[in-house]
Amino acid sequence: MGAYQAFTALLLRDLKLGFRNMGDLLNPLLFFLMVVTLFPLALGPEKSVLQEHAPAVIWVASLLAASISLDTMFRSDMEDGSLEQILLSPYPDIILVMAKILAHWLMTGAPLTIFALLLSVLLYLPGEAYLPLLGTLLLGTPILSLVGSVAVALTVGLRSGGMLLVLLILPLYMPVLIFAISAVNNAMRGLSVAGEFYFLSGMLILALTLAPFATAYALKIRMG
Amino acid sequence: MNEFLHMGGYAAYVWSAYGISLVILITNIILPIRREQALLHDIKKKLQREEHKS
Amino acid sequence: MLGPTIDKFAAPKNAYSVACTLSPWFAWISILLFAGGVYGGLFYAPPDYDQGEAYRILYVHVPAAWMSMFVYVVMAGAGACGLIWKVKLMDAVARSCAPLGASFTLLALITGSIWGKPMWGTWWVWDARLTSELILLFLYLGYMALQSSIDDRRTAARAGAILALVGVVNIPIIHFSVEWWNTLHQGPTVTKLDEPSIHVTMLIPLLIMSIAYTTFFITMLMVRLRAEILDQERNTTWVRELVLGGTD
Repeated sequence: MGAYQAFTALLLRDLKLGFRNMGDLLNPLLFFLMVVTLFPLALGPEKSVLQEHAPAVIWVASLLAASISLDTMFRSDMEDGSLEQILLSPYPDIILVMAKILAHWLMTGAPLTIFALLLSVLLYLPGEAYLPLLGTLLLGTPILSLVGSVAVALTVGLRSGGMLLVLLILPLYMPVLIFAISAVNNAMRGLSVAGEFYFLSGMLILALTLAPFATAYALKIRMG
Repeated sequence: MNEFLHMGGYAAYVWSAYGISLVILITNIILPIRREQALLHDIKKKLQREEHKS
Repeated sequence: MLGPTIDKFAAPKNAYSVACTLSPWFAWISILLFAGGVYGGLFYAPPDYDQGEAYRILYVHVPAAWMSMFVYVVMAGAGACGLIWKVKLMDAVARSCAPLGASFTLLALITGSIWGKPMWGTWWVWDARLTSELILLFLYLGYMALQSSIDDRRTAARAGAILALVGVVNIPIIHFSVEWWNTLHQGPTVTKLDEPSIHVTMLIPLLIMSIAYTTFFITMLMVRLRAEILDQERNTTWVRELVLGGTD
């Protein structure tokens, strides 16, 4: 089995295991929905207010949901010992780590993106903002998964793990938030979103090239 | 002298800023020194206990 | 040729004695520099045309902000050395940098806040620099939290090094995006902690204070290193002799 086959094998295995436990997949989406619901309760039901804050609410809720769902990336594999097996296998760690990150994104970030578009309706997001919002989520959620994977690898199995993970990850998410919101707000005002999308793309490429190395190294450090 | 302390009306701000800076810096002096002392004390106690045993 | 010298220097026992010898010297130098800088900042430098005497807070705020950035880079660099060349001393250096860097960041935030009050009437302003400093504080605290959650010293140091390197890559990104964010939302008033147009007389105390802060950092780094080394090496013969031999 070559590296490519190993990548695909691990990817499919993770997806199969993940879909076996539907609860794990739906919980972050439910959390997402609940957080979004908090805002009309807090801000009042008036359309103009909700519409003005819709991009911010959607994206902050996405960030929180993404942070919470990161935990599942390596935990079960660590607990049953398969993580060690994966690292000890003859295939390059980076390839295998990328398979895991991709699987995780397909089960968390991708559904989140679709669900976010639905929830935007609840916040009266104007028509012209949907496509830009989709764009920011398609670029942003992979960044969240990639950068998040480093933090998960560093904190997997620690007793304070969950909270620590969120504390480590949120500062690193702030630039993504800033550019994503800026893009959607611009779209709502009829301004150009090119600049913001260039930066998001740049950040995604940076994350794609650097994060897998850092994650693989961090896993090796933690696994001893 | 009075004019100096008064700082053109901004006395509270300037002096509290310098004051807090001093407090933070001094805390950063005291804590590590105390840690080193506690550590030396701790190690000494353990070694003396070991000598007693043997 | 360089290898054996570094190994000798980095050997804990030697590092400990070097730290013990040098720290008093650096301590005195920093005291003198602080005295000179504070005198220069409060007396020698003339009052500002716009901000009057209030701008003098700059002399404690700006060097602290510079140090908060500098120390993070040192922390990441030391971590990288510990990671690549497995020098335990570098692990100790990185670990010791964190509380110092966090303190400088906190200092910058508090003095920045105090400076903001007479200038713009509020105790906090979400301007680019203060917001970046706040995020930097989060990075420091996260680093310290990670290190304290991992029991094994070596693992903690290596994990911390990875986190610090991730942080160091992200800091320019964070700064840039916060600047971007700030210019987007800029109100009619300029919410930057503007340094007044600098005269030479105003610049000199600033430079002296910067060097003062730096020597302070070096001094306290060495003090912390001493404790770290003792902790790390507590079971070795030289530490036993040191502790039992001298009774100061």
